[in-house]
Parts: sequence; C-alpha cells; structure tokens
Amino acid sequence: MTTVDARGLSCPQPVLLSLGEMKKLGKGQIEVLVDTDTSKENVSRAAESQGWEVKQVQPEGEGYRIAIQKE
Amino acid sequence: MAAVKHVLATRWGIIGVGVFIGILAALLQKWGNPANMGICVACFDRDIAGALGLHRAAVVQYMRPEIIGFVLGSLAAAYLFKEFRPRAGSAPIVRFILGVFAMIGALVFLGCPWRALLRLAGGDGNAIFGLAGLIFGIWIGTLFLKAGYNLGRTSATHTSVGWLMPLVMAGFLFLMLVFPQIPEQPQSGVLFYSVKGPGSMHAPLIVSLVVGLAIGFLAQRSRFCTMGAFRDLILFKQIHLFSGLLALLVAAFVLNLILGQFNPGFAKQPVAHTMGLWNFAGMALAGLAFALAGGCPGRQLFMAGEGDGDAAVFVIGMIVGAGISHNFGMASSPDGIGPHGIAAVVAGLLACLFIGFTMRTKTV
Repeated sequence: MTTVDARGLSCPQPVLLSLGEMKKLGKGQIEVLVDTDTSKENVSRAAESQGWEVKQVQPEGEGYRIAIQKE
Repeated sequence: MAAVKHVLATRWGIIGVGVFIGILAALLQKWGNPANMGICVACFDRDIAGALGLHRAAVVQYMRPEIIGFVLGSLAAAYLFKEFRPRAGSAPIVRFILGVFAMIGALVFLGCPWRALLRLAGGDGNAIFGLAGLIFGIWIGTLFLKAGYNLGRTSATHTSVGWLMPLVMAGFLFLMLVFPQIPEQPQSGVLFYSVKGPGSMHAPLIVSLVVGLAIGFLAQRSRFCTMGAFRDLILFKQIHLFSGLLALLVAAFVLNLILGQFNPGFAKQPVAHTMGLWNFAGMALAGLAFALAGGCPGRQLFMAGEGDGDAAVFVIGMIVGAGISHNFGMASSPDGIGPHGIAAVVAGLLACLFIGFTMRTKTV
C-alpha cells in the first residue's frame, strides 16, 4: 500500500501529490495523510474526479487518513 | 452541524456563498461603500494601513470593519466546526514578501480579485485587463507548482499562535470603538479617517461588521477562494471553486442592474484608471504572488481566522505593502499609475520569479 504524507502542506500540494501517485499507479489502493479539513475535501474530490473511490476517511492525530481505491 | 458542513462544501454550497457575497457587496455599495468596491480585500487592507498611519494618503484611511469581520467570522466557524488548527512555520519570510508584492500589484490595478469581479459587474471594462492579468499570473504560478514549487510543511503549534491575528483584528475593532470617527475630522485619537475620497465612503460600522462576520463564517465553511478558482481550473480542470467565483460575478451584476449601479464603459469609472497594460501587469504580479502563497487575499484572511499563522504573515505583508506602495509612489490613482508603479511591478515580478524558481523542496 502506498502512503502519501501531505500533512502540513498547503493548497494545492496535497492534491498534486495525490494525483501524481494516482497517475503513477493507475489503479490499486493509496492512503493519503492530511492535516486539515480543506485538504481532506480537496483530496477526496480530486480522487473521485479521477475515477477513484474514497473507501474510508479516518481521523488520525490532528488530521485524517484517507483511503482511496481503484479496481 | 454536520449537514451544514456538508452542504457548504458542495457545488451548490459554494455557488450559494458566491451569490451571497455578490449580493452583499452590491448592497454595501448602496449602503455607503465606494462604487464597485462593496468589498475589496486589497483596498480595505490598504485603508486599514491608512487608518493606522502606515501611509498618509489622506483619501484612503479607514479601519474597515469588513476585514475584521472576515477574520473573526472565520474564527467562529472554525471553532464551531472543530476546524481551528493552530499551525505555522512554512517559510514565513517568503509569505511576507509575497504579501507585500501582492498588494503592490493589486494597487497598480486598484483592486483585489474580488474587486476585479465587482468592477466588471458594475460595468468597468478596465477590469477585463485586470482579470486577464490575474489569470496570466496564476497560470505562471501553476507552472511553478507543476515543477515542484512549494514552501515546505507547517507545524502544529500553540493555540495562542493561531489566536494572534484574530486578536489583532479584535484590537483594531477596539480602537475603532475607543476612537470613533468625528465628522469632518481627519483624526480621532490614534486613528486616521478620510474626510473625502474612497476612504470617507463606508457603510455604518455595525452593518459592515455584521456583513464581514457572515461572509467570514460562510467563506471558511465553503473554502471560497478566487485564486484557487482559476488555479484549479488551469491545473486540474476542476470547476468547483470557479463556480463560486462565477456566482459572485453574476449575482453582483444582477443586483447592480436592479439598484441602478451598472454603468458600462472604460473612461471615468470609479476608483479606476484606463491604462490597460498596467491593469494587466499589476494583476499579473498579484495573481502570481497569490498563487505562490496559496490563496487570494480573502482566503488568506479566512485561513488566518482558522489558525494559520503563515496566512496571517501574508496578511501583515499586505498591510505593510500598502504602506510601502503609497509612501513611495507605487500605487495608482484614477489619473493613472504612480511615478514608481512600473519599477515596482518589475521588481515584484523578479522577486516572485526568484521565489518560484528557487524554492522547490522535496516533500517526501
């Protein structure tokens, strides 16, 4: 499982990093760590726009762990 | 609570917030704010710099309660929805410099992105050059972002760090109440007040403050950002934020028509000049600085309200930038650009290019 650590990064870095990883893998599962609600929403929105499914969003520490997946 | 949170973060949510801002901006003009300047974050930060005496341009001095409301409204929303996250430490000096040059660029055009939209909605054709410049500047910014530009991570910090900007704004409000405007007087205690010009035109304090609080609250929830609107459109072909921007423009336009505030043309537009090239170049500088700093001036205020100390540094950069701009003849006036406006734009672009080219840190 690939993990993207986007904690502490400001807009639009979390989305850029996540999209880069999605492009690289093509499909599979990625976990993205973010530390703001804005980043959580932006990453989820970007994933869905690329045909990835947001499987789970879990609070973790000061932020969230977002699991996205594409079959 | 969760429902409200969800609704405002949707497409219709951000459109609703755009409509709300557009309508209230047009109404604020009706209620006393300058023409095509119902809300202008750059102009209002500049007026605040004037009220504090950081510059002595007599026509643009007023402690704008809208700005105070933006930060405090955002703070309230962030606390209510448990999103207040005190954070700081991502290259603050760079954010300060970007704030300074963003303001210098915006004052060459005479407006922030919000006002560029409001000027267009009021019929000011010069705004087209400004908006084109803004998009151009943001486009350059996206090239840097694609090439790996970033200012590094923030760190979580003391709650009180996140409180500093809201407290500064509360202090400004306190000063306004202790030293209220005296009719026809240019000064009241430590605060300066314009007796003529745009700085003398304002809605009643309580109206401005309440509107500011409401917008700050809603914009924090919806993440409304004009720079992000163009950036996401260019970078990701995403229209989420852009739909909010468009809603603001259309709502303000329709209300201007209804209120008789729509006067199409280029010459003699309120608080505007007709030098197309410099309207373009000023906003190109501002757009690039916003893109490198991760938010338009409004968004920086909302982020400062939710605890982002780096956004707060950008805001202070803008206020200081307004002082520099007016003290050293860089700001435009309705007659045209200032004597040092061109030099300032060139210096600003060079500074932004230096920042964009050299600040690429590994994030993994």
